Amino acid sequence: MKKFITGNHSVAEAVRLCRTQIVAAYPITPQTPIYEKLAEWDAKKELGGMMMRVESEHSAMAACLSASLAGARTFTATSSQGLALMHEMLFFAAGCRTPVVMACVNRTLAGPWAFWSDQTDTLSERETGWIQIYCEDNQEALDSVIQAYRIAEKVLLPCMVIIEGHFISHFMEPVEVPDQELVDSFVPPVAIPNRFDVDNPGFAVPVVSQKEYFHYRQLMQEAMDYSLGIIAQVDAEFRETFGRGYSLVEAVQMEDAELALVTTATITSTARVALKRLREKGYKVGLVKIRVFRPFPVKALREILDGIPRIAVIDRNISLGREGIFCSELKAALIHSPAPHLVQGYVAGIGGTNVDPELIERIVADALARKEATDGPIIMTEES
Amino acid sequence: MTPNTSRPQEILRSGHAACPGCGLAIGMRLVLRALGRRAVVVVVPSCVAVVTGPYPCSAMEVPVFHSAFEIAAPTAAGIANAMKVRGVNDIPVLAFAGDGGTFDIGLQSLSGAADRNEDFIYVCMDNEAYMNTGIQVSSATPQFVWTGTSPAGNTRRKKKIMEIMAAHRIPYAATACIGFPEDLMAKVEKAKGMRGTRFLHLLSPCPTGWKMAEDMSPKATLTAVETNIFPLYEIVDGLEYTINYRSKGLPVERYLALQGRYKHLGPEEIKVVQAEADRTWADLETRSHGIVSPVA
Repeated sequence: MKKFITGNHSVAEAVRLCRTQIVAAYPITPQTPIYEKLAEWDAKKELGGMMMRVESEHSAMAACLSASLAGARTFTATSSQGLALMHEMLFFAAGCRTPVVMACVNRTLAGPWAFWSDQTDTLSERETGWIQIYCEDNQEALDSVIQAYRIAEKVLLPCMVIIEGHFISHFMEPVEVPDQELVDSFVPPVAIPNRFDVDNPGFAVPVVSQKEYFHYRQLMQEAMDYSLGIIAQVDAEFRETFGRGYSLVEAVQMEDAELALVTTATITSTARVALKRLREKGYKVGLVKIRVFRPFPVKALREILDGIPRIAVIDRNISLGREGIFCSELKAALIHSPAPHLVQGYVAGIGGTNVDPELIERIVADALARKEATDGPIIMTEES
Repeated sequence: MTPNTSRPQEILRSGHAACPGCGLAIGMRLVLRALGRRAVVVVVPSCVAVVTGPYPCSAMEVPVFHSAFEIAAPTAAGIANAMKVRGVNDIPVLAFAGDGGTFDIGLQSLSGAADRNEDFIYVCMDNEAYMNTGIQVSSATPQFVWTGTSPAGNTRRKKKIMEIMAAHRIPYAATACIGFPEDLMAKVEKAKGMRGTRFLHLLSPCPTGWKMAEDMSPKATLTAVETNIFPLYEIVDGLEYTINYRSKGLPVERYLALQGRYKHLGPEEIKVVQAEADRTWADLETRSHGIVSPVA
């Protein structure tokens, strides 16, 4: 059924459709409407699972990971400060190999205080062992949550589905909300291990030696590598079942492109508009949308970008003291490309500032005219 | 009551990693004996987690999850709720945490879980300092006590954790110690028969941190009870207080003299400790309306 709903509402719909058993959450702007929507259904006995109205995000993740170890399908959602408070528990959830699914609504981190979209909160959690999927619109948010359960429960790693604060979380769009039967056919009843069998007692998450710790990290790295194939496979199956899909990386008009514009999340939507205008003006520009960030889809990116001489990366995030994080990751991924690229990073949209098609066109003009790339990012705003 | 002298089947087995004479390990053994095998146990960083032993060994014959420091309560709640949604309703979840994990870093998450009346038994193994990291002051450390981070003596009084828990109006809260093992086990069994958040405060002597001989743990707790330093009582629904044992009301010096951590105390300090013990007992008598009764 087509519904006109926000991104937050889309996420909540998917959580319910996947028959999530434990939802543990705590309010934070701009995530709160996800929590409220699920609580509304809980009050009407329409949620299906159990709701834990915990006293912090830290406890939300504690409850999710322990419920997951006990074999339940779990969900939480957070943003910004809440995600930062959870940091310790993110490592723990991944290290325990629990397939917790979490929606993260990108928001600036204080200080100073602000409430708008900025990807630095989720990108700061890249080392925690969570799969990260960045969504472009409300439909992708709903669909990615459904996919996330399949992926996480297959590889036993937790999965973050990331939507941008306000641009997705609060903007309304027509969204196809699939039928329960169709989702049931795609996401089977949860069948993850229960680690607490009283008839066969074991010790979960003990103190290990240096070598054993190393070994567990190695296993997680293997699981991450393995998950790349699973993410692609789940997406392909999703496409067959629901008639739409997203891939790890999406390439638009890259066949004859001399410059690849690399974007993520909502800036991609704006870039699609800019791309159309640029093509009309005769510029041979293509667009590459990075959807999955952890694991980083190196092979998929190289297949698209290896022969492309110029690359412009737009980041709505910044690793202070370096540059935009997607740009750094992309440069590292392309280090073995047969021919060198001119890769220029642009930091734009920080703090939720506007990135309009004109700004993107200016970025493209700069990247095309450039003799060489700068090591640091070029800061782009609507004013400059 | 005739003491049961038959040898019980232990769940905390030999081979655990506690220091010699550890009062906490004896407490865990008694709690687990009363809890039984059909239970899930949560431990968090504390001496408890050390006692359970390193990989690939476990000294405990029940499923155990070694969770993070400050989340014993929400961890237990998560497991209990997961079992409920999976249709399992007859397996209790019990969390062991130390005094640091309860009085300090875990207080917020414990308060949240208690407020929601989550369904688990929480046992605070209170050895009155951060013993696992080598004797540092916590808010469970009594006044004047020497620790590595209160070398001139702790300036604060011990936090009244039982009053904090009672203020949440949880179904059950009780104090217990290894000097009174029948009382301790009766409280675990009573808690096991209830639902909702149940809290046990176990005074757990640490010969190393309390600076006393290895054979002194049971006697130290006995004396703590008899001097009203640590009275035995229970609180139902946060309101109904019952004293479980009328102490001999011995002077507090009898307790303090057993432990090197108090050896620097002069008559003035001892007077303060005595006054605090007297006030604790008088408060309890008021709240319990003078009722003294063993655990029912």
